[in-house]
This record gives sequence, structure tokens and C-alpha cells, in this order.
Amino acid sequence: MLVNNRYHRQMLFDPIGETGQKRLQESHVVIVGVGALGSSSAEMLARAGVGTLTLIDRDYVEETNLQRQQLFSEEDVRMQTPKVIAAKKRLEEINHLITIYAEVIDAGVDELEAIAPEANLVIDATDNFDTRLIINDICQKHHKPWIYGACVASYGVTFTVLPGETPCLHCMMDHIPSDGATCDSVGIISPAVQMVVSYQVTEALKILTGNLDTLSGKLIAFDLWKNQQMELQVASLKDDTCPSCSKKQYPHLTYQAQLKTAVLCGRNTVQIRTNGKKVMHFEEIKKHLERNQQIKLFSNPYLLSFEIDKYRVVVFGDGRTLIHGTKNVQEAKKVYYQYVG
Amino acid sequence: MEIIVNGDPLEVSEGITNIEELIQELRLEKKSLIVEHNQTILKKEKHKDTAISEGDRLEIVHFVGGG
Ligand SMILES: [Zn+2]
Repeated sequence: MLVNNRYHRQMLFDPIGETGQKRLQESHVVIVGVGALGSSSAEMLARAGVGTLTLIDRDYVEETNLQRQQLFSEEDVRMQTPKVIAAKKRLEEINHLITIYAEVIDAGVDELEAIAPEANLVIDATDNFDTRLIINDICQKHHKPWIYGACVASYGVTFTVLPGETPCLHCMMDHIPSDGATCDSVGIISPAVQMVVSYQVTEALKILTGNLDTLSGKLIAFDLWKNQQMELQVASLKDDTCPSCSKKQYPHLTYQAQLKTAVLCGRNTVQIRTNGKKVMHFEEIKKHLERNQQIKLFSNPYLLSFEIDKYRVVVFGDGRTLIHGTKNVQEAKKVYYQYVG
Repeated sequence: MEIIVNGDPLEVSEGITNIEELIQELRLEKKSLIVEHNQTILKKEKHKDTAISEGDRLEIVHFVGGG
């Protein structure tokens, strides 16, 4: 009974109907980033009955997430549960009829190459432009629609990129901004997150149910606190010399392949990635660190974390390490080499 | 001179004559942005050559990275 009725109200909505609902059940959506935007998107799409969701996130749940990242609980903070693991657990409580893949990985070129070709659609819920530009080029390469979404403070912005039709992110951005406006410096309020996600998920539902003629085609931005709403018709920005969407050179797939460190948005944190798919041997690292009486160690099946001086270091099984307590890459590398090796 | 930026009236000093100067005045020059001037999207290279006059309507959207 529950099974038969759960999508009823959505199927009553004429543009979706029974046919649209069936299409949703047959769809696979990849959500890159499961922080604020990703939690909200994932919950809406899971409730809507999208048959397969792949969630990708490199991070674990922290106390400062709870204000806006709706899938997480205080227990997840205590357990330092990886975000995708916590999200999958919660989403399965919400809808047991769908399949959810949880990937505790950094969404780099190789990772997205392996996952994106199987999807119908990619939702951007990341916190940085490096990953967005990789998504941009991967989706051009494999001809997948993707939906840019981002927010900071009370401001949000979103755009649906359709390969071969709309401009891509590379066409529209003249440079990668480094103006210091991050969730860390100017904060973020939850309604801004939810507004971006409302646009993203609506566009996703249109694409997945085949209602392409109703897509907005616009770059949409708003500032909820300033009561501003902007919608720009940006079709003229499609650049026929763009290396990503016109020349098929995919520059962000080569550049990113070399990136080894990243300063994380909204955190006083540097991430360090090792080469390729190196597996971290927690037991070895632990044994080594336990000799130092000053180090407080914590571990679960997915990660190992420890505190030393002003730093908190978290080592993940896939070869990544987060150094909290600095935004300086060199300083972070020093700590990394000192304690992780 | 009064213009409309993102739907709100904005008083700008007489020294501001083109879009590039306006963007600097608004301290948006470090952001990656898209400007629409009287319903026409302007490429960045046109910002300097596009004059601003009384009553102009501008929409300015900047890209952000958070999420
Ligand atoms: Zn392009």
C-alpha cells in the first residue's frame, strides 16, 4: 500500500504523470559533494523516486555542518562518519525502494571518468571551482547534462549546462575568482542553500522526465537577504572557440590530473592527495603515532584522525589526508610529512 | 546619476562613466561575473567601452564556489 501510494502526489502533477515517474525510477543521478547542497538534492531526489543515486564526497561530518546539512545528526558528528555513509543510511530510511551508492572519494578526473558515463545527469554540489571545472569537462566529453549550483552568505547561483546546446562553465567564467568570499569568511544561511537546490532539482526533474522544452536556459542568481533576483539569458556566451565545449580539448581534465593539494572552502584546512590509488595502512600509521604521548588518536573503519599541536589530521583509506588548522599548503605538507609520511 | 542594479536604484557619482568603472566602484572587479546592460549581455572586453547613462538597467551576477 505504502509502495503504491508514495509517489501519488507527484504523479498527479501533469508534466510528470505516470510516464515521468517511470522515467525517474529508471534514472541514475550522480551528486558530487554531499554537504549542504548535496544533502538537500539527495533527499529531494530520493523522495521523488529517482531509481539510482551515486553520492560522492571526500569529507566526514562535523559539528558546524548541522546548521544546514539536513541529512546529518549529532551522532554522525561524534562518530566522524563520512558524509556519504551517513547520507546513505538516512536516505535508505526515507526510501528503501531506490539504490544508493556511497563513494568516500575525492571527485577527481579518474573518479568521475569511472562514474559519470553511467549517469543520466550530474548535480554539482561541490564547494570549489577545481572540481566544478572537472565536472564541466567530463560532462562535455560524455555528453551528460549537469547542473551548476553554488551559494555563499545569502547569495546563490545556478545554471543548467546542456552539452552541444548551452554555454558551458568555461565559456561563462573569465577566471577562477579568489576573493576570499567563502562559507568560512562570510558564512552561509540555510535558505540560500535550499533555494539553489529548488532550482537544481526542478531542472533535474525536467531533464529526467523528458520535459526539455521547459528548462529555464537562464543563469539564475539571487540574494535572499537583499531581496534580489536575477535571471540572465546567457545563450550568446556560448563560445565557439571554447576548449571545453567546442574544441573538445577538455583542459580541466589534464590540469587537474596534476593537482595534489587543495585549500578547502569554508575550512581552515588543506587536503593532500597521494599519487594514484594508494591505499593507506591505518595500522602502520597508528603504531607509529602511538609512540608520541602528545598525540590523541581516533579511528573508525573509514578514517584515522589525530591531534598534534594546533593541527588536527584526518587520514582516509583512499590516500587523502586533511590537515585542519592551516590554510598554508607548505605548512600542511610539513605536518603531513612529519606524521603521515 | 541614478541607475538600476539588480532591480534596486543605485546613485553613482559623476566620475563613473563606464561599466568597468562601475564594477570597480562596487568592488566586484576580482569576481568572475556576467553583466547584462539594458538587456544585452556584455562580454568582458566591452565593459570599458560601454558608457553608463541615467536610468540604465544593469543585472550583475557573479559566480561563487561554496556549497
Ligand atoms: Zn564552453
